[in-house]
Amino acid sequence: MSGGHGVHLLYRPGTSPVHRLPPQVKIVAALLGVICVVATPRTEFWAFGLYLVLLAGIWAVAAVPVGHFVRRAVIEVPFVVIALVMPFLGAGPRFTFLGLSLSEPGALAGWNILAKGTIGVLASLTLAATTAPRELIVGLQRLRTPAVLTTIATLMLRYLEVIAAEARRMRTARISRGHNPRFLWQAGATARGIGSLFVRSYERGERVHLAMVSRGWTGRMPDGGAAAEPSTWLAGLVPVLCTASVLAVALWLP
Amino acid sequence: MSGVWTEEQRRRAGRTPSSARPSALHVERLAFAYPDGHQALFGIDLRVEPGERVALLGPNGAGKTTLVLHLNGVLSGGSGRVSVAGLPVSKSTLHEVRRRVGIVFQDPDDQLFMPTVGADVAFGPANFGLSGAELDARVRSALDAVGMAAHIDRSPMHLSGGQRRRVALATVLACDPEILVLDEPSANLEPVARRELAEVLLDLDRTMLMVTHDLPYALQLCPRSVLIDDGVIVADGPTRELLADADLLAAHRLELPYGFRLD
Repeated sequence: MSGGHGVHLLYRPGTSPVHRLPPQVKIVAALLGVICVVATPRTEFWAFGLYLVLLAGIWAVAAVPVGHFVRRAVIEVPFVVIALVMPFLGAGPRFTFLGLSLSEPGALAGWNILAKGTIGVLASLTLAATTAPRELIVGLQRLRTPAVLTTIATLMLRYLEVIAAEARRMRTARISRGHNPRFLWQAGATARGIGSLFVRSYERGERVHLAMVSRGWTGRMPDGGAAAEPSTWLAGLVPVLCTASVLAVALWLP
Repeated sequence: MSGVWTEEQRRRAGRTPSSARPSALHVERLAFAYPDGHQALFGIDLRVEPGERVALLGPNGAGKTTLVLHLNGVLSGGSGRVSVAGLPVSKSTLHEVRRRVGIVFQDPDDQLFMPTVGADVAFGPANFGLSGAELDARVRSALDAVGMAAHIDRSPMHLSGGQRRRVALATVLACDPEILVLDEPSANLEPVARRELAEVLLDLDRTMLMVTHDLPYALQLCPRSVLIDDGVIVADGPTRELLADADLLAAHRLELPYGFRLD
């Protein structure tokens, strides 16, 4: 999604092999990879280390600096807080760490959330960093996602900015007439502003639909993108094969 | 009624074809009432020949938009007939009619909904069955026609008002319509963008029906004007004559901007 003037929040344009991979391949790879991570038993600590190394390898190929992901992974913080609280609140056998009495099952559950959550977030960020938003939609379209969903996603990509700009203009107009939304009793004006924004957006929706119908729209977005060759699929799924191998070893190693 | 073109004048102006080529647009006794009972059109008769540029003038609520939405079958169900380049508008011809009638809506943000300019221009022709290299060529030539080819990969959000208006025009040109219908093309444009759009429109050399309140713009672009009020056509003739008739304009809540005078 581009915020402000063409600056992408999540996407980092590039020409690496990862960027050039067809979006449908990347979506499938990210999904299968995350499923493997989630299926890994939480006590196989080494496996999670390998997953992280694998992700770092993909970042190196994609030429996206680690800092890009670290800054954006902050979104995970609420879950990290929960994970850190669990060792204190859990029941069962306890152990002492740095003079603190901690619950063993609680610590393991916290670790489980922390490890799998972090790797899941990093995998999603990797997909988002190497695939432009509209490419993601093309990928979903090629994966036979229902047309209604991809149409909604396309419209959302475009109109989020239009509606945000409209909201900004309405806010400026309110403030210019002395509205100071710091005070609670002035929240009413903001609420009414949101209400009228909703009505305006609804009306705009009707006009957009009219304009689409006038250009021959019949309920399906025109097809985009191209089918990926079997060899491309294979190359794109190499990281998944690595992840699955690690999972297999973790599951069946005595 | 004043400023009405006789058949003879029209023939001399080369607007009535001697061949059998059908009118670009033919509206016969079109009447329409909205479901709430409000009667918007009371029997409109209008014929636009290929190559003509016609301004559709009238005060707010005169029925201009209602008429426009009948041209591509978005509204229907009243009495009368509409045909586009010989093809009558009906349920079975709707898809082809929508290709033949290209409507450029007033707010480009309503028209441009795809993430990039190129994808948006491709939307119409793709719906009408074009694909591959043919589609790319059509997108390219439509953007060339409005001077926006360099912006093909940009988001419509990051274009100026005038640029957005021209891209909206390109999205319709790409469908290769028989008649271009423009709803208030000069609204919200700065003077330079307004003039640039006029130059683009004049260069297109297409049949046009232009709904507008901008009377000087109608004079600049359209040799012929049709004045509609209360759901009927009250005048149809050369734009200059029509706009010079101050009494006629005043009777239908229209007036030239301050400082303008046509004699």
